[in-house]
Amino acid sequence: MDLVCPAGSLPALKKAVDNGASAVYVGFKDETNARHFSGLNFKEAKVQSAVDYARSKGVKLYIAVNTYSQPDGWDKWQKAVDVAAGIEADALICADMGVLDYATQKHPNLNLHLSVQGSSTNSESLSFYKNNFNIKRAVLPRVLSLKQVAQVAKKSPVELEVFAFGSLCIMAEGRCYLSSYLTDQSPNTCGACSPANFVRWEETDEGLESRLNEVLIDRYQEGEKAGYPTLCKGRFEVEGRVYNALEEPTSLNTIELIPDLHEIGIKAVKIEGRQRSPAYVEQVVSVWRKALDSYARDPENFKVKPQWAKPLANVSEGSQTTLGAYTRAWQ
Amino acid sequence: MKVSLGPVLFFWPKQRVYDFYEQMLQTSVDTIYLGETVCSKRRELKTAEWIELASHLAESGKEVVLSSLALLMADSELSSLRTLCNNAPVKIEANDISAVQLMSEKKLPFVCGPSTNIYNARTLRLMQKNGAMRWVMPVELSGHCLNTILKEADDLGFGNKIETEVFSYGHLPLAYSARCFTARYLDLPKDDCRFSCIDYPEGVEVRSQEQQALFNINGTQTQSSSVYNLLGQVAEMQKMGVDILRISPRAEDTASIIERFKSAIKGESQEISLSNSACNGYWYAKPGMDLIAENQPDAGQLSC
Repeated sequence: MDLVCPAGSLPALKKAVDNGASAVYVGFKDETNARHFSGLNFKEAKVQSAVDYARSKGVKLYIAVNTYSQPDGWDKWQKAVDVAAGIEADALICADMGVLDYATQKHPNLNLHLSVQGSSTNSESLSFYKNNFNIKRAVLPRVLSLKQVAQVAKKSPVELEVFAFGSLCIMAEGRCYLSSYLTDQSPNTCGACSPANFVRWEETDEGLESRLNEVLIDRYQEGEKAGYPTLCKGRFEVEGRVYNALEEPTSLNTIELIPDLHEIGIKAVKIEGRQRSPAYVEQVVSVWRKALDSYARDPENFKVKPQWAKPLANVSEGSQTTLGAYTRAWQ
Repeated sequence: MKVSLGPVLFFWPKQRVYDFYEQMLQTSVDTIYLGETVCSKRRELKTAEWIELASHLAESGKEVVLSSLALLMADSELSSLRTLCNNAPVKIEANDISAVQLMSEKKLPFVCGPSTNIYNARTLRLMQKNGAMRWVMPVELSGHCLNTILKEADDLGFGNKIETEVFSYGHLPLAYSARCFTARYLDLPKDDCRFSCIDYPEGVEVRSQEQQALFNINGTQTQSSSVYNLLGQVAEMQKMGVDILRISPRAEDTASIIERFKSAIKGESQEISLSNSACNGYWYAKPGMDLIAENQPDAGQLSC
């Protein structure tokens, strides 16, 4: 299985390439990609350095243009596709059918992948994207159980990529507007969820408070570990009870599922985290490379090694990692 | 301009569903959407019974459309979708691209529901070419975006080939998950959810720790706690060429809401009282939870 790794900057990309990525995915410095955070991503000129570095080491470069283009900004999405085609990116990762349609018409040789933001969770939906845009691969949303991934894989008309490690979206990607409900920006429209410019931290008598556009997302007492106020991970009140009404801050780690994912026929596993540091990329990519190589050498006797766990736990959000939706109990 | 009734997003007992639609037949609503769009485990009405109910309602002369599930994750859900698409005596509302695929294969006209992610005219044209005869705008898009898309559709020469429907009243469907938040609230595993959402005819309210109402838990769906209300924007939508205004059913008073929108379409003067629990921010490209007064200077001037 290919190891597809994130890079939000050139140093992160170099770490990914040097530590065993099969492919690295990047985005441009605007709202055309789903990690539109300040200080992150690549200017047009920098993308060339990225592709040069990756190619020199035999690693592929994918470009994510995976938000939904809106009428007033179409030229940005169009340009992003044109630039990706110009540098002959190994794949363009898209969600919006308007963008996919443009890419198909204008650059018929571009290798198209359906982004997780495309929200395609079943074989009929994948067939639509295959028939209309000739996509070669799709990234499955993190809502499917392992059994469901296997069902999709059995009938999928395209290669499949699944998330292996990183932050966990609890909602079906591409169909969550919680962020724009509170802040006017969502992953679909702006490539941002719970955007940083709406976040405010405040020490109060009642504890450390995190707010998103003035809405109280969580309140921490001394000794509690405070997390970024991603709104679905907040502690809210439901009929008098305060708890993580939607989701606890946890992250995904599927390393023990490598044999299953391989058996199912998954073509690539993806590491989440273009917004994370080069150190994160280095640690996660190197552990995953070791794990994949270990499986490839001796599939029958594959075991998760204890020394892989610690570096991954160190960079995980929240206090635990989970198999996420891949295990049925989570659902 | 017409008024439609969206599918009931909540899980109601069978008899309540039948009673509700009998009541809706007495209203002046033009189009009725029905079917389970949220969770395949909700089986008070089986697919065949939804189909039968659709046939019965269609006898009234109202337009009837069967709405399909939004998030399909299992083979069993795909096979129910095929049953629905193969046997529907009326049009289908596709709420996932799987339904778009099945209907376009059949070369039958269909409606693109609000969760099919049509954010621009290029996507709209593609859907129209695949057989969509109507689309419902994603709830997070603004009036300005809609106006621009409709103008582009005219420029591209297909504006008159597809109808436009706008989610105009009700709790906004904001997110879908594999997880059931009602079961989570009750500390039940999803596999043994005991169909608990049947006890919450309009969902369960989620508040901040400061008592600000935020969301509405409806099984695997998360909705806005505030009720989206575009009653004050009816004239504006009429000018833009919107064809249908969608009212999303609530536990009470749906019939009177329908009539209020009908009166607004006729231009009959009426008091537009928006309570604190209403919102319309999305229409003005503001946070969806906001409530913008119509006479606010920058209302309607915003970009997407």
